[in-house]
Amino acid sequence: MTEDEIRAAHLAALTDVAPDLSADDIGPDDHLQDDLELDSMDVLNLVAALHKATGVDIPEADYPQIATLRLAVPYLARRMAA
Amino acid sequence: MAFETIPKPEDVRASAALTDEIRAHFTWENARAMLAGLPGGKLNIAHEALDAQVAAGHGGAPAMTWLGKDGTRREFTYEDLRAQTARFANVLYAHGLGVGDRLYGLMGREAELYIAALGTLKAGLVFSPLFSAFGPEPIRTRMEIGEAKALVTTASIYKRKVAPWWRDLPSLKAIFIVGDEAPEGCVALGPAMAAASPDFAPVPMDPEDTALIHFTSGTTGKPKGAVHVHGAVAYHAMTGRFALEMAPGRRYWCTADPGWVTGTSYGIIAPLVNRVHMLVDEADFDLDRWYSTLQTEKIEIWYTAPTAIRMMMRAGDAAAAPYDFSALRFLASVGEPLNPEAVVWGKRVFGRPFHDNWWQTETGGIVIANTQAMDIKPGSMGKPLPGQVAGIVERDGDGVRECKEGEIGELALRPGWPSMMRAYLHEQARYDKCFVGGWYLTGDLAMRDADGYFWFVGRADDLIKTSGHLIGPFEVESALIEHEAVAEAGVIGLPDETAGEIVRAYVCLNPGFEPSEELEKSIRGLARRKLGPAVAPREVVFRNTLPKTRSGKIMRRLLKARELGLPEGDISTLESDES
Repeated sequence: MTEDEIRAAHLAALTDVAPDLSADDIGPDDHLQDDLELDSMDVLNLVAALHKATGVDIPEADYPQIATLRLAVPYLARRMAA
Repeated sequence: MAFETIPKPEDVRASAALTDEIRAHFTWENARAMLAGLPGGKLNIAHEALDAQVAAGHGGAPAMTWLGKDGTRREFTYEDLRAQTARFANVLYAHGLGVGDRLYGLMGREAELYIAALGTLKAGLVFSPLFSAFGPEPIRTRMEIGEAKALVTTASIYKRKVAPWWRDLPSLKAIFIVGDEAPEGCVALGPAMAAASPDFAPVPMDPEDTALIHFTSGTTGKPKGAVHVHGAVAYHAMTGRFALEMAPGRRYWCTADPGWVTGTSYGIIAPLVNRVHMLVDEADFDLDRWYSTLQTEKIEIWYTAPTAIRMMMRAGDAAAAPYDFSALRFLASVGEPLNPEAVVWGKRVFGRPFHDNWWQTETGGIVIANTQAMDIKPGSMGKPLPGQVAGIVERDGDGVRECKEGEIGELALRPGWPSMMRAYLHEQARYDKCFVGGWYLTGDLAMRDADGYFWFVGRADDLIKTSGHLIGPFEVESALIEHEAVAEAGVIGLPDETAGEIVRAYVCLNPGFEPSEELEKSIRGLARRKLGPAVAPREVVFRNTLPKTRSGKIMRRLLKARELGLPEGDISTLESDES
């Protein structure tokens, strides 16, 4: 997957977990909890959806690394390459 | 598999605040003797929490360490909080507010929330906390029921959740905004506090005067405002010691948000009344942040919730291994039953087991608990605290029958402890319905074993327990049918290994709408905007019709039984079935 494809997959997963959000309104530095108002169950569901879309298993300790789109895309790319 | 009882060593037993000796001789006078009080039999929760501590010479003792999301750290002594809450009380009076007026708090765990709560009580106003992740609808409903006179919030929450409608609420006289600037029509709290005097004598209140209103969900109808009084503080003082091992100077962390009753009773009042050094973390759950906070803040007493504990368990023992938890002396959990695996896991990872306890919004404080001196049966909520009489009963005509040992029935309590709710605001009939045959009926199903330990079984009604929050299906259904496509909705809780239960909705569509993934997301999206993520359904499924009684009530219990493959029970009232 290219970074653009990863970004699209991430946005699709995010707006599926939190359909009150629209992909156009999510900024690269918006924080999942502080700005987009996801709660901890939403984050778990997002992690599960990202796993399904990319095959990457994200351990709890890495959750801060997916806290914004700008952090998550390179993180997922790195993990997919590994 | 059955879990073995975790025995307590003799030294732990001997160190406990609640020994068998104290338990045997307890009277309510012992609890009231823990308070300073005010002349003439009066008292004030804020006086017990702050002013009395300062008057006794402990003004310099650390009261609250506050950790901001961004890494900021603020320290408050008892004198700091006394002065700040006095300023806040003066600001309220300067804006024409007075004794008995209801002020709502609506913000995350900012230091100002704690100051506002205690300043409100000090001034003799009534404080009602709202969960900041609520959407605009639950906020508005609760402020309407309570005829809110004032609100304390942040500029961001105000703009998103309050600004569009508050002018339609005639009771509302003042909105205070944290910080130095405020939108038009609101008061900026920063400059107002700075200009106010740091002296304010706590208003002497009658022990039966209202102090707090905590909203809780109902199965039908609107949320209920449980009314709590200043005299409840005797119970907060006592249970903080007996059930949570609070003592002056101990470092204590309650992870609950003051938007819910635990975060007020045990996140503000009980710790300060017991002069502990409490930690407040503004951030939500984050694995490494929590582990390092336990270590670096040398937390001794930790009161947290099953959902968070299960998230830590998911991360595995290795994630906890690098940290030093040796300061911990007592771990407790509340919100929903803690599964036995989690109790045992706590002992392995933290060196001490979690002590589960049980209570609810209406009880105002911990009622049934595993205490430090007790052996723990993993999965049990423990035994009633001193002064409490608990029973298992079955409704029987106009009265109740007491169940035998091991028999499942409704958990019931003999009323009369200091922090018991005094009313549901403006809802006498709903309040009266809670009391039958001299018992307060809790709505929880439970059983008592041969050793007197109580075990939670489930809810007796349709309320949903998710991540420690009690959700009323009616409130969720009402929001769902505001979607143009939704004709009817039935909402239930389904078991979830992390959250306890998750909210699932079954909807029937209006003519002209067809089920689709897009529509499912659109309905869920609307519910999240109106209700907030904690209350909105995580799943929406489509049905042609829903099972209903003759009177047209949706049979949620049947939806749930079918989903879980359980017996359908009595379906004699079923008129039209689902399809």
